[in-house]
Amino acid sequence: MTRPTPAPASVGVSGEAPGLFGPLALRLAQGRVTCLLGASGVGKSTLLRLLAGLPTGVDFRGTVDSAPAALMGQDPGLFSWLTVAQNVALGARLRGERADPARIAALIDAVELTGLETRLPANLSGGQRQRVALARTLAEDRPLVLLDEPFSALDARLRLMTGDMAVRLLKGRTVLMVTHDPAEAARLGDRFLVMTPAGLAEIDAPPGEVPRRHDAPEVLAAQAGLTERLIA
Amino acid sequence: MIRGVIGVLAAVALWQAAVWLTGLPPYLLPGPAKVAQTLAASRAEIAQAALFTAAETLVGLVLGAGLGIALALAMAAWRPVGRALSPALIVSQTIPVFALAPILTLWLGFGLAPKIAMVVLIVFVPVAQALYDGLMAPPAAQMDVARVMGAGRWAMLRHLRLPAALPRLASGLRLGAIYAPVGAVIGEWVGGARGLGALMIQANGRMKTDLMFAALIVVVALSLALYAVIDAGLRRMLARRGF
Repeated sequence: MTRPTPAPASVGVSGEAPGLFGPLALRLAQGRVTCLLGASGVGKSTLLRLLAGLPTGVDFRGTVDSAPAALMGQDPGLFSWLTVAQNVALGARLRGERADPARIAALIDAVELTGLETRLPANLSGGQRQRVALARTLAEDRPLVLLDEPFSALDARLRLMTGDMAVRLLKGRTVLMVTHDPAEAARLGDRFLVMTPAGLAEIDAPPGEVPRRHDAPEVLAAQAGLTERLIA
Repeated sequence: MIRGVIGVLAAVALWQAAVWLTGLPPYLLPGPAKVAQTLAASRAEIAQAALFTAAETLVGLVLGAGLGIALALAMAAWRPVGRALSPALIVSQTIPVFALAPILTLWLGFGLAPKIAMVVLIVFVPVAQALYDGLMAPPAAQMDVARVMGAGRWAMLRHLRLPAALPRLASGLRLGAIYAPVGAVIGEWVGGARGLGALMIQANGRMKTDLMFAALIVVVALSLALYAVIDAGLRRMLARRGF
């Protein structure tokens, strides 16, 4: 696989959405995983959608510095009538381009779905579906990757495995991950941002390359610290 | 299946009981045995009529479904068209289409054309409405993914909105298949000498109520068979696409 290029250092959002969040400035760490945490309804997904160039339905006043992006959400958004391989190559299909079958096969292998290429999404488990979405995200080969609670519908074991796999495969790209789960953030995030109606607060991340071990003392301490901030 | 058979047997028993209890003469209410006799005796006449009705129904169903699909696609592809025609589609559903049968005969004569037109009119609205509703309500997560991937308007319609609307289209086609034979029979009723509708009107006029009932039973059987075939085809089509 080709070495990914991160998005420019300037990627971020600054501005306000009256009634949702006050003035804030979000900057993503270049080539790193930025985890965005906060209560439901505080506007985390709105920030992500602004970066994705998607409609938000809110009155946002400010500027968005984005880059070519790939999106993966809690609902994997697979096309139920397309096979695993066709879903992975979806971007090419939608843009009328030709997908490279060898590259698609390599990506399916990378997410450990070899042998399931011709299955329809209905015949996959929840974890397998998220891995198809991950391979589809990688197939886009974009410098900026936007993850909106991608693993929250998975059980604890799958969440751990799929999260680690995603962060390993997305290494080198600029990643924004919206999550509710302090444990997930503590393992996967290079930076932590907690969002409240008042704005964004940065919390120190533990040292070490992501994905970190779930039971490392500094990860557990970071998880406790994040939880503290979220219930404050 | 077994429940269906029991249901039919129960209905026939009730029917026979009603004949015995009311003591109505056969020209008002013939019993099931009498109708079965007539069905057997007039089978050549009824089969020929059924062939006409079936042909009108099939041609009308195909044309009506095609027109409905084309209209829904046009409405979804060009927003001004959709906005302009969406209320018209609802208004058209309030028109008792049967009332148009005489005027269709006036315009199109006594041949197959007015019957087929009747079927087209009756089929095309539910098909267009169902598909249009589906095209205008694409799944949100898939839409987001496709937008971020840079899909254009046409790619979105062809690769996402249309395939995602297939279950709704199938519902519309099922409704169309149920209504279609009724449309053909109404068309035959109003004008012309061929088909089960015409046979029923003639039988009624000659007090041959048993023949009228025999033709009616064939209409129902024809409709059920058509629905069963179309439903099975649609189910298979949807299952192959992971719905």
